[in-house]
Amino acid sequence: MKEITKYISAYYLDEEDLLSGIKKMQENNVKVLDAFTPFPVHGLDKVLGIRRSWLPRVGFIGGTIGALTGFFFQMWVFTEGYQMNIGGKPLLAIPSFIPVTFESAVLFAAFSMVFAFLFRSRLGLGAENKIYDVKSTDNHFVVVAGYEENKSDDVKEKMEAAGATIIEVKE
Amino acid sequence: MEQNMENKFVFDSKIKMILYGMIAVGLIALLVGLFSEGVVESRFWANLLLNNFYFLALALGGTFFVAVHEMGESGWQTSIQRVPEAMGRFIPFAGVLMLITFLFGIHHLYHWTDTAHHDEILAGKAPYLNTTFFYIRFAIYFAGWSILSYYLRKASIDMDSDADIKYYKKQRILSSVFVVFFAITSSTSAWDWLMSIDAHWFSTLYGWYIFSGLLVSTIAMIILILIFLRNQGYMSHVNKEHLHDLGKYLFAFSILWMYLWFSQYLLIWYSNIPEETVYFVERVNNHSTIFYVNLVMNFVLPFLVLMTRNSKRMIGVTGVVALIVFAGHWVDYFLAIMPGVVGENTKVGFFEIGLTIGYIGLFLFIVFLGLSKASLIPKNHPFYKESLDYHTNY
Repeated sequence: MKEITKYISAYYLDEEDLLSGIKKMQENNVKVLDAFTPFPVHGLDKVLGIRRSWLPRVGFIGGTIGALTGFFFQMWVFTEGYQMNIGGKPLLAIPSFIPVTFESAVLFAAFSMVFAFLFRSRLGLGAENKIYDVKSTDNHFVVVAGYEENKSDDVKEKMEAAGATIIEVKE
Repeated sequence: MEQNMENKFVFDSKIKMILYGMIAVGLIALLVGLFSEGVVESRFWANLLLNNFYFLALALGGTFFVAVHEMGESGWQTSIQRVPEAMGRFIPFAGVLMLITFLFGIHHLYHWTDTAHHDEILAGKAPYLNTTFFYIRFAIYFAGWSILSYYLRKASIDMDSDADIKYYKKQRILSSVFVVFFAITSSTSAWDWLMSIDAHWFSTLYGWYIFSGLLVSTIAMIILILIFLRNQGYMSHVNKEHLHDLGKYLFAFSILWMYLWFSQYLLIWYSNIPEETVYFVERVNNHSTIFYVNLVMNFVLPFLVLMTRNSKRMIGVTGVVALIVFAGHWVDYFLAIMPGVVGENTKVGFFEIGLTIGYIGLFLFIVFLGLSKASLIPKNHPFYKESLDYHTNY
């Protein structure tokens, strides 16, 4: 299978039209690759068949590591590193470790999720973000399908039938 | 489901028989408690107080659930609203049972009622902790709770036959009044009925701690009743989305309960002042099994099991966790009441379990009676449509 370099896209002005349009295109065997919207659209992931994000799992792993790190670091500090008698409590005073354990779990979970997200989305400092069409950052909802030379008229027709306001072909 | 077009719960004789059976078990346990030598008087009254308080908390929690969601204009819960509304019906019944408990058993429950022996600390607390004011507060609580929850439910049911926005506005006003009233009385009633058992001891967090337990046990009860109704073929409009949100509540409020429990424990443990630590010393040393079981049932299990999205969306998993949490908060109140009232004689035997079964039967009987009197669908509620279309992503 050769790589797709050309795309055909349909434009909508409303998210409800977008959702029903995508469904109609899929019914007519148009392979919808992606959609670009100015804001998150409810139910779009389901229509496009995008799998659930694995970020929560990263958060769980990060949080577990954070909790263990926080707990054992305190344990080491208070029993080995810098023993100090605080209010006559035992050196290994577990109840007083819990707030810090909790906070470090939250911190690690948050950071691991943020960095995993930046990594996955190829975002961050100096990243060059390709925007398929600037219209999708303003008021247009864009649906993208692969472009094939001999089928383009057929796809265009089907997109029109699905209620698109503008149809364009892009490199 | 087509056969339930009427959308009224049919309280048929089969369910009634089961509930009558449960109430009968409770009555037998009550007789055993009254006439058996093994059950000392303090144990008898402490168990009545425990069950009264627990099922009152569930009823109050139901009304609170409705009130808070009406105030917050939340759309998702409208389709299940009739269940917590019906739970609120138990408040006056709990009031009567509570009054009987206090009229006959107050001296066994609260040692501060004994004014014959002078006690410096209790004398200082006497302006608040005296029998007269205790009963006055009791009357204010139950009058306020019963009236507000009755009219809140009535406004909702009136809306079914008459689609007028005025009922919705009325609900909003009643909800606001209830929430303000409950904000104060939930704390003070917890002081009156539970914290004053250990009259020398006090904790400023106690009211909140009891309140968080009330919230999570209410959510567990709503989930259990909903699952029962769905199994009976009702409430087919309630789907995974609603269950998911209730599961999130169960998860979140379990954490809230643990947070408040621990906030109270940590401060007392850290400052290590004898008059404060006496509460936990008694419980950790003499009731250590229940002490740790309580934490596992009410925090560790729900926290670990309900963490993933999928488990909140599976009826079986959420149902089992709800059942554990429901039992867990009974254990929590057990631990709050028994060491102070019964002390060394604390036991869990037929009397305790039978009485609780009786209370469950009575509570469910009144809830189901309420459900059978009105449609299960608040069809004219402004958010009803929104509730049916509800989707939850995370």
